[in-house]
Amino acid sequence: MNDRMNRISGVRPKRGPRGLILEVGSDDARCVVPPELDVPDVDLDEVLGGAARSVLPHLPQVTEVEVARHYAHLASMNFGVDSGMYPLGSCTMKYNPRINEDAARLEGFAALHPAQPVGAIQGALELMVTLADVLGEISGLPSVTLQPAAGAHGELTALLCFRAFHTANGGPRSRVIIPDTAHGTNPATVSMCGYEVTTVPSDDRGRVDLVALREALDTDVAALMLTNPNTVGLFDDQILEITAAVHEVGALAYCDGANLNAIMGVSRPGDMGFDALHINLHKTFSTPHGGGGPGAGPVCVTPSLGAFLPGPIPVKYDDGTYGLSTPECSIGRVRSSYGNFGVLVRAYTYVRALGGAGIKEAAEQAVLSANYLKERLKHTYELPFDRHCMHEFVLSGRRQKKEHGVRALDIAKRLLDYGFHPPTVYFPLIVEEALMIEPTETEPLADLDRFADVMIAIAEEASTDPDTVKGAPYSTPVRRVDEARAVKRPDLRWSVGE
Amino acid sequence: MRYIPITCEQREAMLRAVGVSDVSSLFSDVPDEVMFDGELAIPSPMGEMELASHLRELADSNSPTGRLVSFAGAGCYDHYIPSIVDHVIRKPEFFTAYTPYQPEVSQGTLQAIYEFQSMICELTGMEVANASMYDGATALVEAAFMAARVTKRSKIVVSEAVHPEWIETLDTYAAAGTVEVVRVQFESGVTRTEGLAGLREAVKDAAAVLIASPNYFGSLEDLNLIGELTHEAGGLLVVATNPMLLGVMEPPAGAGADIVVGEGQPLGNSMSLGGPAFGFFACRQKNIRQMPGRLVGRTVDVDGNDAFVLTFSTREQHIRRERATSNICSNQALCALSAAVYMSAVGRHGLADTARACVSKAHYLRERLIATGRFTSPWDVPFGYEFALSYQGDVAEMQRRMLDRGYLAGVDLSKAMTPLDSGVLLAVTERRTRAEMDSFVREVESL
Amino acid sequence: MYPKDLKYDKEHEWVRVEGDIAVMGITQFAQDQLGEVVYVDLPAAGDEVVAGETFGEIESVKSVSELFSPVSGEIVAVNDALDDTPETVNASPYNDGWMIKVKLSDTSGLDGLMSAEDYEAFVNEA
Repeated sequence: MNDRMNRISGVRPKRGPRGLILEVGSDDARCVVPPELDVPDVDLDEVLGGAARSVLPHLPQVTEVEVARHYAHLASMNFGVDSGMYPLGSCTMKYNPRINEDAARLEGFAALHPAQPVGAIQGALELMVTLADVLGEISGLPSVTLQPAAGAHGELTALLCFRAFHTANGGPRSRVIIPDTAHGTNPATVSMCGYEVTTVPSDDRGRVDLVALREALDTDVAALMLTNPNTVGLFDDQILEITAAVHEVGALAYCDGANLNAIMGVSRPGDMGFDALHINLHKTFSTPHGGGGPGAGPVCVTPSLGAFLPGPIPVKYDDGTYGLSTPECSIGRVRSSYGNFGVLVRAYTYVRALGGAGIKEAAEQAVLSANYLKERLKHTYELPFDRHCMHEFVLSGRRQKKEHGVRALDIAKRLLDYGFHPPTVYFPLIVEEALMIEPTETEPLADLDRFADVMIAIAEEASTDPDTVKGAPYSTPVRRVDEARAVKRPDLRWSVGE
Repeated sequence: MRYIPITCEQREAMLRAVGVSDVSSLFSDVPDEVMFDGELAIPSPMGEMELASHLRELADSNSPTGRLVSFAGAGCYDHYIPSIVDHVIRKPEFFTAYTPYQPEVSQGTLQAIYEFQSMICELTGMEVANASMYDGATALVEAAFMAARVTKRSKIVVSEAVHPEWIETLDTYAAAGTVEVVRVQFESGVTRTEGLAGLREAVKDAAAVLIASPNYFGSLEDLNLIGELTHEAGGLLVVATNPMLLGVMEPPAGAGADIVVGEGQPLGNSMSLGGPAFGFFACRQKNIRQMPGRLVGRTVDVDGNDAFVLTFSTREQHIRRERATSNICSNQALCALSAAVYMSAVGRHGLADTARACVSKAHYLRERLIATGRFTSPWDVPFGYEFALSYQGDVAEMQRRMLDRGYLAGVDLSKAMTPLDSGVLLAVTERRTRAEMDSFVREVESL
Repeated sequence: MYPKDLKYDKEHEWVRVEGDIAVMGITQFAQDQLGEVVYVDLPAAGDEVVAGETFGEIESVKSVSELFSPVSGEIVAVNDALDDTPETVNASPYNDGWMIKVKLSDTSGLDGLMSAEDYEAFVNEA
């Protein structure tokens, strides 16, 4: 097919990238034209102190239809939650309700300037106060900042609060303990906060090895960072012993909220003894991932840590009006303005659509759907931890690799040919050939079943025709890409003359 | 429940398949002591129609700039956003996708980011740009940390004429002790370069000098001079700038900037109370391995066709963990997409015309305000489309009264890092008409 | 797979001693584990290396590993060709894929290194 297409000179294949928007258009093409200037024109070189630009930046010069078609083509090469099941473990790719999108675009939210006086943003402040209360209620940690822009930003915010807390109580301490199942953001955050990482191993059930944890704990330890449910999809049933041991040496317990979707309304991190939690609104609270962002990573902490949170924080006064307040010992801002407000509006819309019971029901269904898939797949793929899982579970492609040379990556790529986004692969690091599957509560049963059928079919294919699986995908806009070349011959931008 | 597509009957069948009678059995690993058996104190659910009215009511209790004539800026600007921008970012293939870790089904996001990176390089004059940071403030902090890695130094010099919220953010991160922040003062609207000895002393052993141009007060800095001093001392020059103004202003690369950052909101992103938008981050290719954030590169697939992919990932947290260049594991992809669509829609000529309109209108308004006798200029330095004036009276009171008349009369400078007494910061975008400005002048004169 | 004239350490580096100069690189086993090498970060000639400490990094697309020096001394040469063609480490780990040459300050550390047979046994065990 491609050969025949390429015979017509200048015709590019229909699939795949078709040229950059920077390469099309012409100097006299216009899309949006600013209105005529209604004030005297300035001499730019004079008013800019001799710094007027001599050569314009080479931005595209195209018409509106070209813009529309270009991005329509780009969109056609993408896969989103609306395209099909997206069981990406630890990412909670649930459906993004459309009313959330409409809400964030209401002029009364989208056209607010951050410097407007509080009297002119009462509705926005009310929304933020209510959302913070809801998050405090779900987490059992009532003091909340909505400022962090992402989960990793929330981790950093919380650890800086911990550091300030310890500093106020004798010294910042020097180490933070992280289990070997942790997301990479945890150790990276620890370094940014000026701490050393101490890694503790997991036991044969994927739980924190309590003996190793106790050995690692001393008064130099500032905190433990733990994901619970953990990254193999299991709830650590020793949680109270863990947090007690942490508190015994005066350290603080941090919960990475990546997996909150399993337990909202069922169990609260505050009740487990955690001192702080970040929440990924773009996972648990249905705000879209946007192809990598923007999200939001609010942090919930105990009342005693609340004094250290970044300010300003939206508050409700006794007279029913809303304002802003900065906590007494605040670590200061972690960004400008109040947070990713547009994302907060979406999350608020979601919690108001669900209510308390709906939130718990979402968690329960997420867990049931994961267990259902696990049951359907556990005989075909190895299941390293065979017990009830939370909202996700980890399979191992060890058998397929050993018997047929088909790796987890190959299985992931073959799923693309069947219209599924693959699960997370090679994470957590403690499971060989890991396939981490998180269906979420918003997947119809028919899709869950079809996914299971396809996974089983791929395992079968791996044994009968492994090369087909290893060469996948075949039907996608591009096929496997040469990632080594991307590093060795960096091409990170287009420039004029290319 | 909303958004759960499983029927009661299906749910029963799923429970049977799992081998439990009740969903609570699946939570058997959760100790009884930590089971939450109460009811969440969360407002009751609303149907979509009811919810839509509620949201509209909440939104209507704010006073959006659409109902005001806004002269507020300070990092967030009321620019016009062409219709096409929102139509593109509303495409579910863009907004419901995750980070493009599977390049085979993410070419749309990846190519859009590659084009965004190219456009940011064009604007800033730099060699390489990442896929974006959270916002301008955190982009500046990441630049400081990167400079510390490149130079193996820890002193960060920052001008007090940088946005106060950005300096505060830098201070927050620096409290961990990984870098030491030293502030240099400004006077006459720009960073102090008279009596160079003081500045020369400050930049000694510095990893980076952080400077904004236009700065918080809208003034343009003498980047060449500060760049020379910085480079003589072996540090990196980090310049924060306004991408809209780069439509008509020489890019900072020409003045020797090693890293250029800024808030990307002016490029096609709504103000949205200050978030989300994105921070842009561009630098020199030789320092690429010390860069924070995501990068998209162009390569080929197994059939030899062009393909885009996330690259240089060994810098990042999921591989390098505690030795990563940053803990960031996202970018503001959809906001960067808005910016790319915006830049495509206006083009180089449209961006230049828009920036020129902003600059012309700002200079017009400033002159008119000074002519009233109620405002004086605290300094006489070049500026773009934002400027500081001293008001002969109480700024907060003036702003309050002007708000009643439908105007957002700028930003009070009493809260700046170096406060300007009775200072007010006014920004004028292309959206302001001459008629609006003339009425504003009349109204403020009549107070 | 493992030339007899080389010495090996547990971090999968090899050393070839030529008088008081030690040439070093990574083993066939190590390059195979890494996959296609895309970047090698090496120190400059004139720098000191210390036995057991890191002297650089080697990257594939999805991994980064530290390079540990089996010996101590001053670096007298660095294989700059790896800047442009890091994949040489895969193709020729013992010859063109060498990394640094070190003038040994102390040869006693060499005794602790493994022979080809011992290293092969070590790898098979792992």
